Amino acid sequence: MKNPQNLTDKLHAQGYVAHPDLAMALHLALTLGRPLLLEGAAGVGKTEIARALAAMLGTELLRLQCYEGLDAAQAIYEWNYQRQLLSIRAAVEDGESARQAESRIFSEDYLLERPLLAAIRRERPPVLLIDEIDRADEEFEAYLLEVLSDFQITIPELGTITATSRPHVILTANGTRDLSDALRRRCLYAYVDYPDRDTELAILTTRCPEIEAALGRQIVGFVQALRAEDLEKKPGIAEMLDFAAALGGLGVNDLGADPAALAAALATLLKTQSDRAAIPPEVAARLAGRAA
Amino acid sequence: MTRDLTLKRPSRATRFAARDPGPAARLAGFMAHLRGAGFHLGVAETGLAMDALTTLDDMAPETVCRALKAVCASDADQFARFDDMFNAFWLNNGRVRARLAQSRSTGTDRQRAGRTGDGMATGTGKAHAPDDGHDSGESESGGTGRLMATGVANLMRRDLRELVSPDDIRHAETLAARLGAAIRDRRSRRRRAARRGRGVDLRRTLRSALSTGGEPLHLHRRTRPDRPVKLVVLCDVSGSMLAYTRPYLAFITGLTRADPTADAYLFHTGLVRITTALHDDDPLRMLNRLSLLAEGVGGGSRIGANLDLFARSYARRFVNGRSVVVIFSDGYDSASPDQLGPALAQLKKRGCRIIWLNPLKGWRDYAPIAGGMAAALPHLDLFAPATTLADLARLEPELARL
Repeated sequence: MKNPQNLTDKLHAQGYVAHPDLAMALHLALTLGRPLLLEGAAGVGKTEIARALAAMLGTELLRLQCYEGLDAAQAIYEWNYQRQLLSIRAAVEDGESARQAESRIFSEDYLLERPLLAAIRRERPPVLLIDEIDRADEEFEAYLLEVLSDFQITIPELGTITATSRPHVILTANGTRDLSDALRRRCLYAYVDYPDRDTELAILTTRCPEIEAALGRQIVGFVQALRAEDLEKKPGIAEMLDFAAALGGLGVNDLGADPAALAAALATLLKTQSDRAAIPPEVAARLAGRAA
Repeated sequence: MTRDLTLKRPSRATRFAARDPGPAARLAGFMAHLRGAGFHLGVAETGLAMDALTTLDDMAPETVCRALKAVCASDADQFARFDDMFNAFWLNNGRVRARLAQSRSTGTDRQRAGRTGDGMATGTGKAHAPDDGHDSGESESGGTGRLMATGVANLMRRDLRELVSPDDIRHAETLAARLGAAIRDRRSRRRRAARRGRGVDLRRTLRSALSTGGEPLHLHRRTRPDRPVKLVVLCDVSGSMLAYTRPYLAFITGLTRADPTADAYLFHTGLVRITTALHDDDPLRMLNRLSLLAEGVGGGSRIGANLDLFARSYARRFVNGRSVVVIFSDGYDSASPDQLGPALAQLKKRGCRIIWLNPLKGWRDYAPIAGGMAAALPHLDLFAPATTLADLARLEPELARL
């Protein structure tokens, strides 16, 4: 896998159409072993790329969803205290010595792996997706940096665990909070934008091959026109695919022909009250007419 | 590392083959070029860039550009600017210096504005040498305290250096730090685990008691964490505001120096983000950059259109529920005020609080009947007078209560 074009083709086989910028960043992340930071609006396929990459490499996808208050016990490891207590009870009844019991209950069997620990202990390097890193607290970000630079985790009772394989790390963010410079510098970077018309059409034909070519062009034209409108929440790629599926379900073959079905299917694209109000059925019909 | 980085089209670096210092040096030169444009790059990144290039099969300019972009860019803004930077350095046949100088002065802010939306950068015009800013000439906007809104962008540039002196800024800095703290110091209602705190975190204590056989040996505590509020300041620098521009600009400058997370914008007929310019370490150079950005100061103002533009573009990235948006304006809109109410309503939807400081409100018998002001009132959390730095200082208790 020496060049990005090769990577683009392989991703395409997994149903992911990657922009050349993104393919290059991904190629470098894989060959240089660096984490890759992806930013972009919601619904442009940031999370999906990790899934496609894992499928392409034939490896596991480990996902760590970040949220405010995420701590080491949720992200790295925790001891299974209930099992340890039960085991101690049993040991007392069996007359096992304290030393034996202790070495047993602080063994791997009683360790609960969380995504970060799991990622560095796999035989095959997995894809580690750290989703929405900007939702986690800054302290966690600092801790994450440490793990990502050494790929080793110290558990006081067990000792230091070094990585058996270095996971392919993908971080995503969509601007809830500014990330630290340290994190940005450690990562390769790609900004994922809404796809252009041709790319989006390629995505649609890859994911929904049953959609006819003419309708596909209409759908993409319509969604692109909608993104140019002044909306609170612009429809992403996932919404576009839902829209296509909805039209398929409604048996629509031509966007311009059936305004009622179009208005019904709009529910998959416009998801706030004011956006619905901003695009009344007549406007939708006009946009659809222009897209045809 | 031995791979040749020569690009296909003639470039500055390869015109004199005998003087070519080698690929590493040329790449280092490019890194310096990026650093000059505000990229944060160290020696490690240069090394990484070399490594990245050795993994490539072909050396087509666009491939190299993409690879270097993945390595060097570290946020959305840099990512968008990178292609231009790359072309200027490698493919522009020696036009590098001019390009570099330009991007130092205004390029960053203008391109950022240009990418986020059209019309935002209209007021900035083309880049001038920093020294030719004194030609006020027969200014059409010389009058102070003029209450008439003009519809034309002021083409005679009024130099902000005349308006703001470094002394003012120093004075404003202390004030802004205090006011900023009054607004920013917010405690969350929620509680979070902490090393020291008032309450005992029962859940955590019980959880860790499990590891000590049910005896709560470690008391975990929790506290109400600080939730710093981010300040976003929008300042009207149109003709009618000219008399008040001086204290306001000094205040904004002081504020961004005291609080690095603060965000600042100027608007008149266009809207410009001045945060990056204000972060310049050198106060004089900062004022130069600001003057270039604020071209059109003293012209008309389109408050509604600008706030609408702000709510739809920058606000999406920079304003959230923990922001306080401060607007300095007299509410005299040279365009129709219809847009103002909806724009503020949309801004408000992002969960921020909005403070409007109006210099005219201090006047006796003032009633907010200027079309714009009346439309804005229902959306404001605080509407207060402010004409001088001293007035601003008096606002401290009200801001703290907000």
